[in-house]
Amino acid sequence: MARVLVYYAHPGHKHSHVNRVMARAARAIKRITFVDLYAEYPRFGIDCDREQLLLLEHDVIVFQFPMFWYSTPSLIKEWEDIVLEHGFAYGAGGDKLEGKRMLLAITAAGPSEAYTTDGYQHFPMRTFLTPLEQTARLCRMSFASPYVLYGSLQAPDAGLVEPHVEGYVQLLEAIRDDRYDFEASGTDVTVGFDSLPIREEV
Amino acid sequence: MAEILLLAFLFLIAGVVAVPIASRLGLGSVLGYLLAGIALSPLLTKLGVDVESIQHFAEFGVVMMLFLVGLELEPKMLWEMRARLLGLGGLQVTITAALITGGATLFVDEWSYALTIGLVFALSSTAIVLQTLNEKGLMKSDGGQAGFSVLLFQDIAVIPMLAFIPLLALPELADIAQFFNSVDPSSEAAGGSDGGMSLVEGLPGWQRALVTIGAIAFVVVGGSVLTRPLFRFIAIARLRELFTAVALMGVVGIALLMTLVGLSPALGTFLAGVVLANSEYRHELESDIHPFKGLLLGLFFITVGAAINFDLLFSNLGLVVALTFGVIAIKAAVLYGLSHVFAIRGADRWLFTLGLAQAGEFGFVLINFAVTQKVLPDPAANPLSSLLLLVVAFSMLLTPALFIAFDKLIAPRFANAQTRDADDIDEKGSVIIAGHGRFGGIVNRIISSAGFKTVVLDYQSDQLDVLRAFGIKVFFGDATRPDMLHAAGIEEASMLVIAIDDKEQATELVRHVRGNHPHVYVVVRAVDRRHVYELWAAGARDIIRENFDGAVRAGRSALEALGMHAYDAERQTRGFVVHDQKQMRDLADVYDPDIPVHENPAYVERTKAFIDSYADVMRGNSAAFGARIDRAWQPPTLAVPESPSPRCSATSAA
Repeated sequence: MARVLVYYAHPGHKHSHVNRVMARAARAIKRITFVDLYAEYPRFGIDCDREQLLLLEHDVIVFQFPMFWYSTPSLIKEWEDIVLEHGFAYGAGGDKLEGKRMLLAITAAGPSEAYTTDGYQHFPMRTFLTPLEQTARLCRMSFASPYVLYGSLQAPDAGLVEPHVEGYVQLLEAIRDDRYDFEASGTDVTVGFDSLPIREEV
Repeated sequence: MAEILLLAFLFLIAGVVAVPIASRLGLGSVLGYLLAGIALSPLLTKLGVDVESIQHFAEFGVVMMLFLVGLELEPKMLWEMRARLLGLGGLQVTITAALITGGATLFVDEWSYALTIGLVFALSSTAIVLQTLNEKGLMKSDGGQAGFSVLLFQDIAVIPMLAFIPLLALPELADIAQFFNSVDPSSEAAGGSDGGMSLVEGLPGWQRALVTIGAIAFVVVGGSVLTRPLFRFIAIARLRELFTAVALMGVVGIALLMTLVGLSPALGTFLAGVVLANSEYRHELESDIHPFKGLLLGLFFITVGAAINFDLLFSNLGLVVALTFGVIAIKAAVLYGLSHVFAIRGADRWLFTLGLAQAGEFGFVLINFAVTQKVLPDPAANPLSSLLLLVVAFSMLLTPALFIAFDKLIAPRFANAQTRDADDIDEKGSVIIAGHGRFGGIVNRIISSAGFKTVVLDYQSDQLDVLRAFGIKVFFGDATRPDMLHAAGIEEASMLVIAIDDKEQATELVRHVRGNHPHVYVVVRAVDRRHVYELWAAGARDIIRENFDGAVRAGRSALEALGMHAYDAERQTRGFVVHDQKQMRDLADVYDPDIPVHENPAYVERTKAFIDSYADVMRGNSAAFGARIDRAWQPPTLAVPESPSPRCSATSAA
């Protein structure tokens, strides 16, 4: 069994259509740890010691957030600045996160076609995520293919919220129960609810 | 004297013994009182007590109850209820009266008897139903609200009924009826229009109408204009009991006035209640009248139980039971049908149907009145009226059973249908704020501007006047009194914010609420450090030191002015707050209110440790809190190489 830690960050929680439902579903999953970062640190006073302890107690660190300006909401960045200390997460003696996994669960407003060299976002999704990918690498963690919902603003009308949330739950449960095939997807792709590499049995 | 004391003692002991047992068995207080009355009845007969006259006295409890109901109901809400009040209530009374009249013609030969019986059984029991709904917390449900509309209409409808019944008297008896009209001794208390004294007796119709309208106008205008100066006047004396005296005086006075002009006292006090519902004295009045209402209603239910004529009941058991169930079935059918028309759904429909299916206390009044008016035959000659009284009493006796049936059989079936999305419940119980000074006022502004409902209590009359001038709604009352908290709705409240000045009273209030209302979240203002420990010991966990945040900001401001970068000053003070709160909590755990702190060894030891840690900061020792806040922004080269960071306790803990 893998110990899963979900960090959820959404400053506009109450206006959310997808992330809020995802968060509620994730919170209800048994035997995983769920942290609503903005509820935990409404005044950005992140407690470094507590967060590092939490990281040490888990194997898979999931960040769930909506894409803001091709990056994370600002509290996640603050969290990185404070928690991923030299000597803890990287650098000399910084091996405490070695062997753990990082997984991103992202919603993006643009459609998947936009995230191509010809699309209006001009770069593939994975290009925008390279800072996080490299952060994981520097911390000797492996970076899994992100679980992405494109076109999130249209998702409620398109009936995509329910399958995406359902997929998210299956994904988290599969990781917890060691049924998730982290190696199945490539290094340059993202996965959606219809392409989850979940094994049937352990 | 001894007789009165004996009687009072008997009633009290019967209630004190029977009600807790009944409540424990899930039967509700009303059935408890009724059973107490039944148990008492042989003793009362032996003592030759006139139960009926006690019942008339106790009916005043109904008057008080309607006053309290009015207090809960702002005029705006009453206006919004008008469709249900007139439509639902009117149809219920008319249809039920018609059906039961029709049914009664099969049993009695005179159509006037049948019509009287129809009117009697169209009414339901305001006393039992409202008491039970309140007890079960169902008053605010849709079924409870619909039931309340109907009951209110019935209470108003009693007045025209009392006027109408004498007209039913047989022609040859009309003269005698006229004679009795002026000497009728009964039914002053609840709805009797022809009491001994009257202001309108013998006046021509238009003058009578004028006096009546004048009386109502006096209640409405007087209630809204006189209350404030009156309460301010008695506040000078600073005596608790004066408020109770004024509240009682008001209710009794209005009831008297209404009786004198031939209106229902229940209606009059209800009206006064509605007028005062917007006043800041509402909760004060409520907590003053509440115990009297409870006791009188209890007495009323006991007398209902005691008045059951068991000889007649047993000799006609089959008939009474059959008639009772017949009445309940007809009434329930009408209510059920109306609930479809007025879109009352689910469990509420059944609450409405079963809750109002009994006959009511006004039935006693109407039957007695009809007998004295010769509309119904004399009980000595014909047992009809005694039988009717039995059916009314028996149906009231069965009401708790119907509520139990609702609780056990019907409510569970609909329970699942009402689960809501847990994340979307923003509407919770209200927040009670005790004390509206500089502190409580800001708390109130923040909470209410976020859309939460607040109930603010303050005990300073002059403060209230200032606030009212700015349109801020604050109720007059002392939040440290349990009955006041009750009136302010502590049972339904989700939170209490204690912002009163007196340290000991604040601590006592915390202790009371933690002990008696553990569901209420408490936020409390502490005056100083010692007070924090006392509050902690009393069970408070969300304690706000009133000067702390201000002092922290002043410290930060000073650091900035001393040349520290604003962000460094922010982190420095933030670190201080974390450290100080930890210290506070650690000391609170060892604080003992009974031992002076300097004689408490654990307290002294921990304090010394904290003083040492401050000294470390002064010497620049990095193990103290000051270093922690700089940790994140130290360039990696400054961190100790080769080994885990010495400052990170997490690493060493792992």
